[in-house]
Amino acid sequence: MALRAVSMDSQPAPAKPPAEILPMPTPKRPSRLVAKLGEAALETLGVVVPPLVTLGVILIVWETLAVNMPAGLPAPSMIWTDSRQLILHPFFDNGGVDKGLFWHALTSLKRVAIGFSLAAVVGIALGVLVGSSRLAHRGLDPIFQVLRTVPPLAWLPISLAALHQANPSALFVIFITAIWPVIINTAVGVRNVPEDYRNVGRVLRLSPIGYFFKILLPAATPYIFTGLRIGVGMSWLAIVASEMLLGGVGVGFFIWDQYNASRISDIIVALVWVGLVGFALDRFVALIGRIVSRGASAG
Amino acid sequence: MSKAYLSIENVGVTFKGRGVVSEVLRGVELQVEKGEFVSIIGHSGCGKSTLLNLVAGLLPVSTGAVIVDKVAVEQPGPDRAVVFQNHSLLPWLSVYENVRLGVDQVFKGTRSRAERHDWTLHNLGLVQMTHAKDKRPSEISGGMKQRVGIARALAMEPKVLLLDEPFGALDALTRANLQDSVMEIHAKLGNTVLMITHDVDEAVLLSDRIVMMSNGPAATIGQVLKVDLPRPRRRLEVDMLPAYVAARHAVVAFLHERAPGVRVAAA
Repeated sequence: MALRAVSMDSQPAPAKPPAEILPMPTPKRPSRLVAKLGEAALETLGVVVPPLVTLGVILIVWETLAVNMPAGLPAPSMIWTDSRQLILHPFFDNGGVDKGLFWHALTSLKRVAIGFSLAAVVGIALGVLVGSSRLAHRGLDPIFQVLRTVPPLAWLPISLAALHQANPSALFVIFITAIWPVIINTAVGVRNVPEDYRNVGRVLRLSPIGYFFKILLPAATPYIFTGLRIGVGMSWLAIVASEMLLGGVGVGFFIWDQYNASRISDIIVALVWVGLVGFALDRFVALIGRIVSRGASAG
Repeated sequence: MSKAYLSIENVGVTFKGRGVVSEVLRGVELQVEKGEFVSIIGHSGCGKSTLLNLVAGLLPVSTGAVIVDKVAVEQPGPDRAVVFQNHSLLPWLSVYENVRLGVDQVFKGTRSRAERHDWTLHNLGLVQMTHAKDKRPSEISGGMKQRVGIARALAMEPKVLLLDEPFGALDALTRANLQDSVMEIHAKLGNTVLMITHDVDEAVLLSDRIVMMSNGPAATIGQVLKVDLPRPRRRLEVDMLPAYVAARHAVVAFLHERAPGVRVAAA
């Protein structure tokens, strides 16, 4: 990305006849399509350029600092030399744990998919219960409030002791980390169903099941997705941490493995992967939320 | 006593909460005939919305009873459909689906799928909203939303149609349009209508009788006025008639003299 932008910026620089380039920005009478395309391009540039500039500044500062302190972190240029193979070939597979980063990320994502799906289902169910029953709220909410503060890694020894196997333990840690924001936000959403919608349900004499599916669930959907979005972010945090301890294939273990091998450059490349995948996960859940709750928040 | 179609008999409402007991309504007595259009007018906070909610069944009476077609009201139901002040359309459903939800709920056992579809469209046609049937509430104007709200209520074939300040949130021109539509529909279908309003002209133009509420606490009916205007009423033809002017004057006089608005200090 950064490289492309740089080459775009430097395009006018070659010593070609400038007349060819000049007419492009604002022709006197642009056709409507061209004007629209130009506007869209400008808007995209406005969105894409600032973060690229930030990234560039970070890389430059990092580079200068690292070059002057050879004992510290490797400079970006150093990472490129050290880990070029890892960056350029995410798909290689030499068997065992010697795989490209794509495969590590995919394995971690599969774990997240399972653990998080369980958390979503159980979390929404519990959230609806806590949100709609005062008794359930009194009975469960204090427990939830205490349990949700337990850090993900603290659950790991407990789940290992209970389940004896690495993989289910990792899944449990994801599950237990992601479930709290889902429960809490769903409960808030259920409690905040507008009085007007409740009254509509009462006047229509909807059955409890009809009320649940036709009014309560759609009205709470924006809240539920807020919870799911926080939850998916937290489960991605948990997976990396838990894999570090569990071993095998996965981004978390990859980082731990490279740390033991003192390959800091590889770790930094893996961190970029972790960040980008986490970002994509968050956007993915947000997108589904937007599609599912089409206009549910607008009156 | 309960010969009338809708009968509100010696109704009182008392709210209790946190040790404070407040009596909102006391001894409300009102009979509404089938096909009659009755407005309830009063200052804000006089309990007129409470009264409507009692008929809707959304609130329980503390004393007395509300009887619709010889049956005491105990819970809300589609036979007393409400048009809410803020339309209360479900934003995740289209205009058609909002009306269809009510139709399905009421006629599931008695009408076929095709009949329910036709009935939904018929009611959207009554309020001239067929053109927007696939839009979502957020995509149409406030006046249109209220039209859909009316269609949803009408489609349930209620015994009593309850309008809770249905046009209060609309601008004057849109309001006039909707009032005309409601008059047309009332002329065509002969519904029994109970409408809450704080607009004197609206009450005079639309109603057969205007019920004026005294101020709370313990509000009750202060005066009932029969509006002696021939139907169909056309806005521009009736508003100069002596009967219209007299009715208007009587309501304004009641609101300002017999039940003057709550002083700022008390509000």
